[in-house]
Amino acid sequence: MNPTLERRVGMEDSHAIALAVRQCNVDVVAAYPITPQTHIVEKLAEMVANGELDAEFVPVESEHSAMTVCVGAEATGARTFTCTSSQGLILMSEIVYIASAMRLPCVMVLANRSLSGPLSIWCDHSDVMSIRDCGWIQTFAENGQEVYDLVFHAYRVAEMPEVLTPVILNVDGFYLTHVVESLLVADQEVVDRYLPPYRPRYALHPDRAVTMGAYGVPELFTEAKKAQDEALRATYPSIVKAWQEWGDLTGRHYHPVETYRTEGARVLLFTMGSIGQTAMVAVDAMREQGWPVGLVKLRLWRPFPHEDLRRAVAGAEHLVVLDRAVSFGGPGGPVASEVRSALYGQAGAPVVHDFIVGLAGRDVAVPDFEAMVREVLARKSAPRHEDYVIYGARE
Amino acid sequence: MKKLESLKEAVTPFRQAHEIGWRDFEPGFVLTEVASSGHYHTGDWRSRRPVWDESRCIQCGVCWIYCPDMAVRRKPDGYFEANYDYCKGCGICARECVTQCIRMEDER
Repeated sequence: MNPTLERRVGMEDSHAIALAVRQCNVDVVAAYPITPQTHIVEKLAEMVANGELDAEFVPVESEHSAMTVCVGAEATGARTFTCTSSQGLILMSEIVYIASAMRLPCVMVLANRSLSGPLSIWCDHSDVMSIRDCGWIQTFAENGQEVYDLVFHAYRVAEMPEVLTPVILNVDGFYLTHVVESLLVADQEVVDRYLPPYRPRYALHPDRAVTMGAYGVPELFTEAKKAQDEALRATYPSIVKAWQEWGDLTGRHYHPVETYRTEGARVLLFTMGSIGQTAMVAVDAMREQGWPVGLVKLRLWRPFPHEDLRRAVAGAEHLVVLDRAVSFGGPGGPVASEVRSALYGQAGAPVVHDFIVGLAGRDVAVPDFEAMVREVLARKSAPRHEDYVIYGARE
Repeated sequence: MKKLESLKEAVTPFRQAHEIGWRDFEPGFVLTEVASSGHYHTGDWRSRRPVWDESRCIQCGVCWIYCPDMAVRRKPDGYFEANYDYCKGCGICARECVTQCIRMEDER
């Protein structure tokens, strides 16, 4: 990119999110503060109060209302923003499902935090997994630069006329939200070139009456859900295209599935979110010791990129999936479960090993990755599909 | 009453729910036609139907006033009838009728 069109700054990731939201020139912000999302919403409130962002800031009394305000505002054609975490997300979840069914292109940043109980404020992915099937496009960021960039992508893709689907950007609580990082901030000119004004297909207006949110009788409910599923699946090329456009403008490219040193790897680590950064360090360390280890990172969780995943893991013998949530009484972590589904019946697919790690902010450090790889290589037989390990749990 | 009549006319070209395929929806299931709920024939919920005994009817219109679905209409001769496309058979008209001239009969 032309160096005059971006500048390098040190900034807390939460403030980078707020800055990006401001640069997207949103019309309405409705959010309720909850740790670890708080700095995002505080900063936005400050921007609106200082006149730096010409938006309606609605100080709602709950997350349920935050999402409701966004749905109502989107229905009038406004560009909205909300953000939440954990308990806030499950309180708003009733309306989250409605936003996607109504094809309202809301954007939400989810500062990932464990669900209670026991009560915890620290990072894992149990919150987003609770609304896995909500019908939103769901992406994950790894570091501050990605967090900043992906906000623009979220609005760009959500509002494409052929997409009109809300987007959740997942940002690991504390690991990202509370970290000051060095990142490149784009000039407003770049943002304006990337993100056109939102032109809704339908907007509530007295002169052009439409009905939104009508009752769906049993005779057509199945067809409605089929239409919704097809619409979400069909967003995939637009998501990729919007990343390509951002890459063309900034030189920073994003993909549904990304790989790191996978050439000739027998064992692949598989991560989602900020632990991908530590995993890269671990891969470097293991490669230095001569271990044939690589890393695959999932950036796009919904719609699930089956083909990209199969391509990325082809040739490996073992796939070590790191889940940050438990599907209690189920087939292990939700990510591994879906990875197994994507690979089921594929000739030569790697054996999937599921490790549930990093619950409520428990650190996953370089030696942990090494220990997991060592454990996988020491296994005498492949685990059954439903086997998983809650890594590091003390006896 | 007039409004209900006009809605009924609009029903003809409209596809009923069971005729709609998944590709037929507008994004977000938006309905672009105003007052389209008239297409939804709630009358098929009915298990009992109101029947008027006109020999006892005084044409007071209490049934017409009380009907919560605006499904009672006045005929040209001044007597009343139910529009069975929308009458759910709740029986409020029969209960409120001043002369008790409305009888609720089981649907068969």
